[in-house]
Amino acid sequence: MRSVLPILTVVMAILALWYGAAVMLNRQWTLDQAARAGQELTLTQIVADTMAQDRPKLPAPHQVGAELWNTTGAMVLEGKAFTRRSLIWHGWVTLSATLVGFGIGTAAGILLAIGIVHNRAMDMSVMPWAIASQTIPILAIAPMIIVVLNSVGISGLLPKAIISAYLSFFPVVVGMVAGLRSPDRMQLDLLRTYSASPAQAFWKLRWPSSMPYLFTSLKVGMAASLVGAIVGELPTGAVRGLGARLLAGSYYGQTVQIWSALFAAAILAATLVGIIGLIQRITLARMGMAR
Amino acid sequence: MQASVIKADHLDLVFQTNDGPVHALSDVSLDIGKGEFVSFIGPSGCGKTTFLRCVAALEHPTGGSLTVNGMTPDAARQARSYGYVFQAAGLYPWRTIARNIKLPLEIMGFPKAEQEERVARVLELVDLKGFGNKYPWQLSGGMQQRASIARALAFDADILLMDEPFGALDEIVRDHLNEQLLALWARTGKTCLFVTHSIPEAVYLSTKIVVMSPRPGRITDVIESPLPKERPLDIRDTPEFLEIAHRVREGLRAGHAYDD
Repeated sequence: MRSVLPILTVVMAILALWYGAAVMLNRQWTLDQAARAGQELTLTQIVADTMAQDRPKLPAPHQVGAELWNTTGAMVLEGKAFTRRSLIWHGWVTLSATLVGFGIGTAAGILLAIGIVHNRAMDMSVMPWAIASQTIPILAIAPMIIVVLNSVGISGLLPKAIISAYLSFFPVVVGMVAGLRSPDRMQLDLLRTYSASPAQAFWKLRWPSSMPYLFTSLKVGMAASLVGAIVGELPTGAVRGLGARLLAGSYYGQTVQIWSALFAAAILAATLVGIIGLIQRITLARMGMAR
Repeated sequence: MQASVIKADHLDLVFQTNDGPVHALSDVSLDIGKGEFVSFIGPSGCGKTTFLRCVAALEHPTGGSLTVNGMTPDAARQARSYGYVFQAAGLYPWRTIARNIKLPLEIMGFPKAEQEERVARVLELVDLKGFGNKYPWQLSGGMQQRASIARALAFDADILLMDEPFGALDEIVRDHLNEQLLALWARTGKTCLFVTHSIPEAVYLSTKIVVMSPRPGRITDVIESPLPKERPLDIRDTPEFLEIAHRVREGLRAGHAYDD
């Protein structure tokens, strides 16, 4: 609880900066409108107007907050939580693709890491490709994945999940290779003195040793998955998902909508990473590794 | 002396490194009888650890012959002839002490009930009764090392290989553990091979002291200790003790171990 005050201070500072920036950025439009109408505005009127525009350059925090509420909580109260105007519905579309992609990416990452650690040929060959795959801009490759999969009849959630997986497998591979290799030579020698099989060495030593590495990778991978799912929604014509909201918002200059979608994505990411952190704490505590 | 348990005959081990060949062991011949406590002493690079690793089949000699219990080291390992204690306790932090000791038993496929019974027995042997459910970090360094000795004893190997097991511990804890180790050795009658840097430790523990020197790693002296089997800590102030310590020191000097 001691950290509440510092956190609040930082939040207040960010809000103050944000309001200040909103006034600065939106001022010109207010002044132009007033000049066209031949009006003289007082400072208070100017400031008030910069925070209440329909399409501000930078929406004020309370505008974003109101939009978020109107498209989530208010719609739940009206019983329209899963309609097309609801961020909950769009969020769920993105979330489902994120989770499927995260699952595929994590599984692929762990399997590749196991292969890299146990097989010299894979060790030499897989890593450079994995690194190369991440140097290609996802924005360039996403439409191709969508188009190719569409042409073989796969559309909807799976193409987005694959783009998610494409981004999220990499941190898992890197983290798990380090984790599976974390037992030192003495630990491995000890198992050799027991004539342990590679499978026994894996389950008794390498896998448990890699747990702290796994959870760190999963957190990075989860955030990457969400980015992948959002990017995957952009080339589909912006019909559904948080990515679609972002794109539609930018088509029509709906900055408030863009910002509220951004915040929805950030809240979603923070929640997902927080859940993994919780599972990490519980798992490590049950393993006796938390003190 | 009874039948020989470990027999090394003109053992050679050359490591090929980027800087050229390194003679880790050169012409090492040694005979260790059943129930002996043999210390290997010498400066870094004299091959004392390498010799232990050869016995454990973790390294393979490039020349000469080596038998353990009359078998090749590899066969001896398959036959669970030895337990190995490393410099660090190397306990798994995610396992309790009891489950750490169970590790070799699980790998070797002992029945569940027997595992429990063996864990209880060796915990008592190293004086850690009641600590089975603790995690390693809840124990002191000395207790952790005792747990790792228990782990090496759990599957009843008749040879105990110890590579500077107390090297990282302070003098007081070390004295205490040396005393306990002697008591353990007297109770179990195991053949012990013990690598150390410490002359008093080697003299205090051993029935036989092997003095080694580096470049190439070789044996410069083998001292049969005349000390009685019953050894209180203050035996280290007796003239006999000091005389052996002196001979060990001479052996190290003869091997130019003090040159650098």
